[in-house]
Amino acid sequence: MNVLLPDTLPQALELLSQNGDAVPMAGGTDLMVHWHVRPEAHQHTFVDLSRLEALKPLSWTADMLVLGGLTTYWDVIRDERTREEFPLLVDAARQVGAIQIQARGTWAGNIVNASPAADGVPVLMAYDAIVVLESRRGREQVPLDRFYSGYKQMRRRPDELIVAIHVPRRRYSYQVFEKVGSRRAQAIAKVGLAVTRSDAGWRVVAASVAPTIRRCPTVERLLETGAAVASPSDLLPAIAQDVAPIDDIRSTAHYRTRVMARLLYHDLRDFWGK
Amino acid sequence: MLRREALAKLTGRERYVDDLPLDDFLWGMTVRSPAPRGRIASVRFGKDIDWSRFVVVDHRDIPGPNVVALIEQDQPVLAAESVRHVHEPVLLLAHRSRAAVRSAARAVEVVVAEEPAALDFRAVPAPAQIQYGKDNVLKHLKIEKGDVERALARAPVVVAGTYETGAQEHVYLETQGMIAYLEGGVLVVKGSMQCPYYVLKALQHALGRDETRVRVIQTPTGGGFGGKEEFPSHIALHAALLALKSGRPVKLIYDRGEDMAATTKRHPALVRHRTGLARDGRLLAQDIEVVIDGGAYVTLSPVVLSRAIIHAAGPYACDNVRITGRAMFTNAVPFGAFRGFGAPQSQFAGERHMDVIARTLGVDPVELRRVNLLKDGQTTATGQVIRDGTDRVAVMERALELARYREKGHEHAGFNATHPTMRRGMGLATFYHGAGFTGGGEAALKSRLRVAGRADGGVEVLSANIEMGQGTLTVFTELAANRLGLEPDDVIIAEADTTRVPNSGPTVASRTTMIVGGLVERACDDLRRRVGLDDASRGQAVKDAIRRWHREHPGEPPIGEAAYERPPGIEWDDKTYRGDAYGAFAWAAYVTEVEVDLRTCGARVIDFVAVQEVGKVLNPTLARGQVQGGVVQGIGWALMEECKWQQGAMANNQLTNYLIPTSDDVPPVRVAFVENPYPHGAGGAKGLGELPIDGPAPAVVNAVARATGTDPRAIPVTPERLMELMENAVRG
Ligand SMILES: Cc1cc2nc3c(=O)[nH]c(=O)nc-3n(C[C@H](O)[C@H](O)[C@H](O)COP(=O)(O)OP(=O)(O)OC[C@H]3O[C@@H](n4cnc5c(N)ncnc54)[C@H](O)[C@@H]3O)c2cc1C
Repeated sequence: MNVLLPDTLPQALELLSQNGDAVPMAGGTDLMVHWHVRPEAHQHTFVDLSRLEALKPLSWTADMLVLGGLTTYWDVIRDERTREEFPLLVDAARQVGAIQIQARGTWAGNIVNASPAADGVPVLMAYDAIVVLESRRGREQVPLDRFYSGYKQMRRRPDELIVAIHVPRRRYSYQVFEKVGSRRAQAIAKVGLAVTRSDAGWRVVAASVAPTIRRCPTVERLLETGAAVASPSDLLPAIAQDVAPIDDIRSTAHYRTRVMARLLYHDLRDFWGK
Repeated sequence: MLRREALAKLTGRERYVDDLPLDDFLWGMTVRSPAPRGRIASVRFGKDIDWSRFVVVDHRDIPGPNVVALIEQDQPVLAAESVRHVHEPVLLLAHRSRAAVRSAARAVEVVVAEEPAALDFRAVPAPAQIQYGKDNVLKHLKIEKGDVERALARAPVVVAGTYETGAQEHVYLETQGMIAYLEGGVLVVKGSMQCPYYVLKALQHALGRDETRVRVIQTPTGGGFGGKEEFPSHIALHAALLALKSGRPVKLIYDRGEDMAATTKRHPALVRHRTGLARDGRLLAQDIEVVIDGGAYVTLSPVVLSRAIIHAAGPYACDNVRITGRAMFTNAVPFGAFRGFGAPQSQFAGERHMDVIARTLGVDPVELRRVNLLKDGQTTATGQVIRDGTDRVAVMERALELARYREKGHEHAGFNATHPTMRRGMGLATFYHGAGFTGGGEAALKSRLRVAGRADGGVEVLSANIEMGQGTLTVFTELAANRLGLEPDDVIIAEADTTRVPNSGPTVASRTTMIVGGLVERACDDLRRRVGLDDASRGQAVKDAIRRWHREHPGEPPIGEAAYERPPGIEWDDKTYRGDAYGAFAWAAYVTEVEVDLRTCGARVIDFVAVQEVGKVLNPTLARGQVQGGVVQGIGWALMEECKWQQGAMANNQLTNYLIPTSDDVPPVRVAFVENPYPHGAGGAKGLGELPIDGPAPAVVNAVARATGTDPRAIPVTPERLMELMENAVRG
């Protein structure tokens, strides 16, 4: 195992540009999980980001919350203002693993790990978060809802780091996060849902029901148009357009679809047209 | 009294096998079969590895018979010509570096010429799948009382039902592990285990060594639940073979993935009931068939089956009972001992069936149980007369009262009619558990135990029964201290080292406190007599006498001994399966309240009351802990713990995908004891360890049934399964 320990962001970007297959390591809570059963990973070169102090804090500007490239769940849980303005970030953070993972795991790591079952990504996406990527070649900004292109496929080049995540400040009139696992804590989501409503409209983001976490434009349109929905099953056609759940070791496609429909139906009861 | 090893465990100072210092040792690793059945065509060693740097052991390195000695001598230490299940051990490797031995194990390919595997114990095997006897039946057992056919033919109502239970993983915190090394000519094996003498016997048998050349030592054991009853013999043999071949100490520790994939689990079961009833719900006939999946070797399946059928009829009086049992051979990883040992499976079926009967007859499940619960003077299915003075109906009433069963029932009717997404229900199970080995088992064990007087006047208890978290060290200390009038600090419990402690039998079957604890008391009495005191002498007098003995007999400590004696009036006939199956039964009634979220179909237990009669409670804290732990384990088995099978092996062999309850998934478990001292148990105690795993699953599922109007017949009732049941119920 080869570990590089940059002290500054420019050094880190330099190392990544020189070592084409180097892997950035933040909290390591995804990277280290399978360590002992994946000896091939031991050959990789890792760029340990732990000394990049500048990427750790979260901060506020007039029109956005800025999560650093190394901001953890715990940082967000502790931030009073986030709790007020973006409560779903806190809800989701509290449901990530247990406190040990919340203290180490980062939002950027959650995004790049690209698990379809992640908890951080859906709430960020429901708040229209923007991913800020940087490499030696420069910076680019990608809206999170256009970041993924397929299972574990994303618009990030190997030499790029997520240096920040921008969350635009808006007035939200409705917001909810649901995580359905096989037990009440420390479980991987079988269905995840983040729904928000602001001046920008409805956002409905679903997890664990497609190869990537994604927005559900058909369901959003039903909400925007006030379409009549009288039961969970009325939502099934729209859901079928938006997501593609599978049977796997944790659940079934049937279950995932039905639960998504029921959560949407019951949680948004006041908003469906009659 | 402070739990003996509490501080060591709390502060992390306790040393488990993997923590023990060991010089210049090798890491062992097991190479396993990739196929469920077939002939081993070849074993290929990868080209990229310098194999001369590894110790390699196969079946040809076994000095004695290639057998892990247990009930039947059928299971090899290492597969020779053929394999019978995925993950069957074929080859052992050792190397200084753990990473190197892990990679090397992956570079060995066991090539198997596959043959048709039997993978469903419920199906009649095709001729090509027959591998044991003429029908793959490992064991048949039968209990008969009265005339079932006649009683069924005459019964006004007959209710039939089929029930299924899944496998369960033990999830002891400490995975299986052993170290082995040579000390002079003596092979020393240390590790995590429940039964040091089982391990000793297996080592002697396969290695062709007498007991003077093998020594087994139990290390602090982080949980067992039966998973460390018979399995440690395998890993002990593997570590020993590597140590013998290399001449170096060897450490073999399973990681969680290997442990979950390759070690035993609770036997899956299928139980069919046909019950004849009077209109008021009195049982007239019980016809029960119990089938369990034994897996690819016999292991302990015959005895698990035995306990399953003995408990299958429930704690009820019925004059006509027929219970047949079959343990099936399949090409699954062998199933083995697990807390409850067959009784949880058959009592899940029995108690679920009671609710199905109640619903069919339109009677209250409480009344159905009340009219049928055994009264003193009545007999169990094996003809054992129950007369212990326990009022089993009162035990049930106490549980119902604590749980506010009837009031809650009314509240739920209102709640369920109005709540948009939640449904609640109450569930009840009444059940029992026989403590100690079945039938003549305890007599056959011939358990022996010693208590030695120490030079400082204190005593040392020498027994082979071990601490695995359940409190043996503390209870034995209390028993010895109380018996002799000593302080707990005057009592030492010896390390379970087969060169020092006599064979007081295995730490299983809820026998340690009730039966072995009795030996502690009697060995204390014997010690007191040996140092010249009468039975009334206590405290300082005892200490003085022991010190005096030491002065008068230097180097020869006084030793008190006790051997098991069958309590009077116990008769058992193993051929007809009639008589007194157990010295004592513990009785219980569990009541639970469940809430189901209609959006997710997830069931959550929101209240749990566990009332039991277990003789005298010796240590209330430990007893409550046993009940709470058993209840949590039972809730997990009922609602979420599910082994997903692939070719007879567990596919979800990680704690991410095999979920056990967290503290947030269980309510506070409210525990109450009804005490009725058992004259032949230590301090009046009956066995308690297994009882609490028998009742939660049926109580919880009965509550789910009530809350949702469904009729689940199989566990675990996962949200996915409950969703299907609810959709089918709506469709009719
Ligand atoms: C016990 C346990 C429980 C868990 N529970 C949950 C849960 O409930 N919900 C959930 O969503 N997740 C869960 N996780 C997964 C994990 O904790 C999260 O995905 C976490 O956010 C990962 O962050 P990290 O900083 O540890 O990432 P790392 O493991 O360090 O990295 C993950 C990936 O992101 C890349 N990366 C990290 N930082 C950057 C960056 N700044 N720029 C570019 N690439 C980067 C790495 O190269 C790697 O590919 C759990 C993990 C464990 C071990």
